[in-house]
Amino acid sequence: MAEVQTKPKLKEHRINRAWCKGCGICVAFCPKQVLELDDQDKAVAVRPEDCIACKLCELRCPDLAIEIITE
Amino acid sequence: MAIKDYIRERFFPHMWCPGCGHGIVLNSLLRAVEELGMSKNEIVMVSGIGCSSRISGYLDFHTLHTIHGRALAFATGVKLSRPELNLIVPMGDGDALAIGGNHFIHAARRNIDLTAIVMNNRIYGMTGGQFSPLSGCGVMATTAPFATVDQSFDVAELAKAAGATFVARSTTYHVQQLTKLLREAILHEGFSVVEVLTQCPTYFGRRNKQGGAVEMMKWFKDNTTPVGSKAKQENPALIERGIFVQKEMPEYCKAYDQVIERAQKGK
Ligand SMILES: Cc1ncc(C[n+]2csc(CCOP(=O)(O)OP(=O)(O)O)c2C)c(N)n1
Ligand code: SF4
Ligand code: SF4
Ligand code: SF4
Ligand SMILES: [Mg+2]
Repeated sequence: MAEVQTKPKLKEHRINRAWCKGCGICVAFCPKQVLELDDQDKAVAVRPEDCIACKLCELRCPDLAIEIITE
Repeated sequence: MAIKDYIRERFFPHMWCPGCGHGIVLNSLLRAVEELGMSKNEIVMVSGIGCSSRISGYLDFHTLHTIHGRALAFATGVKLSRPELNLIVPMGDGDALAIGGNHFIHAARRNIDLTAIVMNNRIYGMTGGQFSPLSGCGVMATTAPFATVDQSFDVAELAKAAGATFVARSTTYHVQQLTKLLREAILHEGFSVVEVLTQCPTYFGRRNKQGGAVEMMKWFKDNTTPVGSKAKQENPALIERGIFVQKEMPEYCKAYDQVIERAQKGK
């Protein structure tokens, strides 16, 4: 029997504001435009409901400042 | 093990500029090591001097931060004395191929089991943006205010010609491929080279009007193509990504063990 592959579902974007340097890489390359920089140039998830938990933001962050927690 | 368990968290946030590609190489390398399920104790990272070389300070492996251009020489010594350990040698483009060029070709020629990562930002980042042997023609640098006239090395071709038995290239944009290539390079028995096109927005990007980190990564996306692709035939200027060489040849430490055996038998 083939196992039913359920896609990982987002629980939370864990963003380390002390490590984020506001480079904008995660914002620019998110396929769903989930992220933005706030007025302090820190990444924030403004549209978490659109996140597909692909983790590309986490993999491309040069500062290890963003983590996608799935259910 | 979680990737955070492989780093020295007390040194974060790290010293690299916002958007510096070296951080993405660190990120990908952590994932490669985690996917391989390696313990911190079985890895030795040896680096030289440069922004890129600072990577060794952030990783909680056995680490040696040595001298500019000589990381491969130190790593050769460590590997010969402790061949059971996995040696990873991250280097800058200047580090690996200007001052360290001779060490590079001879480590490749010997096929000693080291994983060399060339973090190629086409510039001397640490010392303020001088051009390197990988800058290529027409590049602006502090030491070339009217642009360079020097041709660059093709790291993959050079490594191949010198005898490396695993040669690959990727970029900081293509992180999934990069992680996979790093994993394979670590597993490969023999001298492996992974060239990573990485961005120095502070010196290369600014002087060459390439924009910031995001624009530079878009450039990697638009100007590279998988090895052997049709796109390359149509546009020869595209830079190929993927594995160029993967072959088996006698490894240096193993060959040297046989010398020891012969010497002990006295014949
Ligand atoms: C023997 C020696 N010569 C020169 C230097 C000065 N120096 C330090 S880093 C560096 C080059 C850095 O460029 P690269 O290797 O490309 O690394 P990046 O900073 O770009 O990551 C130079 C020339 C040195 N530290 N030691
Ligand atoms: S990629 Fe990382 S450092 Fe850059 S803005 Fe996003 S979270 Fe911050
Ligand atoms: S996990 Fe993917 S979709 Fe979600 S924020 Fe990150 S890059 Fe965007
Ligand atoms: S100077 Fe360039 S290579 Fe060095 S940390 Fe800054 S962006 Fe990175
Ligand atoms: Mg450099």
